[in-house]
Amino acid sequence: MQKSLHIDPNKCTGCLQCEMACAWENYRSFTVAKSRIKVFTFHQEGRFVPYTCTQCDEAWCLIACPVDAIRLDPVTGAKIVLEATCVGCKVCTIACPFGTINYVAQTGKVQKCDLCGGEPACATACPTDAITFVDSDWTGLGKMRQWAGKTDTNPATV
Amino acid sequence: MAWTKNVLRVNLEAGTCATEPLNMDWAREYLGQRGLGTKYLCSEMDPKVDPFSPKNKLIFVTGPLTGTMAATGGRYSVVTKGPLTGAIACSNSGGYFGAELKFAGWDMVIFEGASPKPVYLLITDEKAELVDASHLWGRTVWETEEIIKKQHQDPQIRVAAIGRAGENRVLYAGIVNDLHRAAGRSGVGAVMGSKNLKALAVRGTRTDAYQMADPDAFFAATEAGKKVLAANGVTGQGLPTYGTQVLMNVINELGALPTRNHRDVQFEGAMAIGGEAMHEKRPTDGKANLVTNGACFGCTIACGRISRMDPGHFSVKDKPQYHGASGGVEYEAAWALGAANGVSDLEALTYANFLCNEDGFDPISFGATVGAAMELYDLGILTKEEVGFELPFGSTEAMVKLAELTARGEGFGKVMGLGSRRLCAKYGRPDLSMTVKGQEFPAYDGRGLQGMGLAYATSNRGACHLRGYMVSPEVLGIPVKMEPQATEGKPAMLKAFQDLTAVVDSSGLCLFTTFAWGLSDIQPQIQAACEGDWSEDRLLLVGERIWNLEREFNLGAGLTAKDDNLPPRLMKEPAKTGPQKGAVSKLDIMLPEYYQLRGWSAEGVPTAETRTRLGV
Repeated sequence: MQKSLHIDPNKCTGCLQCEMACAWENYRSFTVAKSRIKVFTFHQEGRFVPYTCTQCDEAWCLIACPVDAIRLDPVTGAKIVLEATCVGCKVCTIACPFGTINYVAQTGKVQKCDLCGGEPACATACPTDAITFVDSDWTGLGKMRQWAGKTDTNPATV
Repeated sequence: MAWTKNVLRVNLEAGTCATEPLNMDWAREYLGQRGLGTKYLCSEMDPKVDPFSPKNKLIFVTGPLTGTMAATGGRYSVVTKGPLTGAIACSNSGGYFGAELKFAGWDMVIFEGASPKPVYLLITDEKAELVDASHLWGRTVWETEEIIKKQHQDPQIRVAAIGRAGENRVLYAGIVNDLHRAAGRSGVGAVMGSKNLKALAVRGTRTDAYQMADPDAFFAATEAGKKVLAANGVTGQGLPTYGTQVLMNVINELGALPTRNHRDVQFEGAMAIGGEAMHEKRPTDGKANLVTNGACFGCTIACGRISRMDPGHFSVKDKPQYHGASGGVEYEAAWALGAANGVSDLEALTYANFLCNEDGFDPISFGATVGAAMELYDLGILTKEEVGFELPFGSTEAMVKLAELTARGEGFGKVMGLGSRRLCAKYGRPDLSMTVKGQEFPAYDGRGLQGMGLAYATSNRGACHLRGYMVSPEVLGIPVKMEPQATEGKPAMLKAFQDLTAVVDSSGLCLFTTFAWGLSDIQPQIQAACEGDWSEDRLLLVGERIWNLEREFNLGAGLTAKDDNLPPRLMKEPAKTGPQKGAVSKLDIMLPEYYQLRGWSAEGVPTAETRTRLGV
């Protein structure tokens, strides 16, 4: 079964444990500037929204790459950057409609979420379940359940 | 090594920034943050300097766990000589700023001298420079952050700034980072203003600045710690749901909620301004004051309140800039802006709290000073002519007006900016100032809770609940239940709390973890992050050393045992109502025992033996 990251902004508190976990996974550092998942604060609305790559099936970044440095991981479904092949041309960063693949000056390569090989550190680190890793066919299950709970199943008794 | 081992020394007079290695001998003795900052201050500066003189230093300092995945590992402290008290000032803040400083590769920034013109410090990793801030002077904290981010085209910069209150040297001006988290108390923002320093703007992207000594042990210890926080009723449920405001009704029912400048110990309007009220839908617009809870960096508790005002409320009707969500009232602010002066309009408290964040001043000291002014007015000492408007207890309009005037430094706001002690002295009634060492009390009555009374009297930065939180044993039963009116065992418990608190405040962690965590939860996290021996015994010794060093600073500054005191009202006027009815503070019984336990003389001076034992 393929799994997807599922993000519920309503549960996010903006603690950035996910960003630290991501940075640690890839850099052995807590420096959130290196994280591939970002939590955006919409202060005036009182909202915190984590955002990262959705692993498009027809991935613009993958298609745009002139040196085939972005490949599909057939097990996780993640589109992963092969650092040895990447030449840092940044075409993928222009192709991605969501901005979730970015250049890293420190390495001269691009980076994006690779689902940590199937065990995303951000989801593990999230203390409020705002980020979970669920069956990719059923990312809507939680919302369905919510609406199901509001359905009047026994109108005759009203 | 969890320290970056880099100190940034900024000479504001010369306009220079220099790097120097962290004194690791001191780090081993004082850990970081509060302890280490205090050690630097005490070693480099004569405690007798005028707080506003260029000779005073201003230190921003992180801890070894700041900028780590330890739950709440994002704190920093500002250490300086405080203008409100003339004592050591050490103010602690959360938000994201402290971690960013660490990511840029700095444990500490020491500001010396005063700049001839307004400047802000811009740090981008190793690079630090002073930048002209003449276009920011006169601006609020909120405007300053927005302008700096735009100017440098970098929305990821973290900013800690003073508002107009700091520029105007309001004696309880704070430093606000990330719009609504503050190093709020003791006037550290006024010292910053006196140095013509408007802000620190930091962007940290380094991955090599510091390491965990034993990463596997660190993750094991921090994971275990997070589980304890999640399972605890206070840190797992109470604080995320109600914030610190969970306390309002509890403390009121216990008869320990200081009301109307401590005339009363219970507030009839408590229900209307507490945590539960923030959840209730307003009849006016059908929305609740509370929008959501929010976390500081790395915090898995998330006690922060994010509130939105009723746009139709009289205070903000024509001011759309306050119609969005922002940092809402915490318990201390709700008490000070509300109960301390008899105001029970939650929306007005939220507005005043927004102003405190926007222009950088401490809602506790401000609200308590309003209470004192209202009592002076009630007694006919302060007149409408002097204030410019009527000032009766419970006047929402007057409280709001004073907040606006204090923020802008206009009219009677200038007098309000002096704080309660100077206000009451000015009008010939120093006895009406509810302060210790010149700093206003927070939200617990020292008569109702005997241990808190002792904690206030002995706190090194003046009246404060965050130096030895005796509410834990006296109200919440953490770690053991102690009767509020008992004196037995309180000095020993307070000493233990003060020493442990000094450790937490020096680690980079938030004190609120200690509702759930004991030293045995904290120690493994520090041990795994830091090289060397950080056993529990050693940490408690570090805490005791910090406490005594702060004491030495204060003694050097000219404070004496006479300053370990409470206002006559708390010693002589019994609590009027509630379970603590009839109580006065029994400080005189507890203080001698406290001195003895501390290894201090009857005059409150550490003995030669104590100094030797602690190496202070």
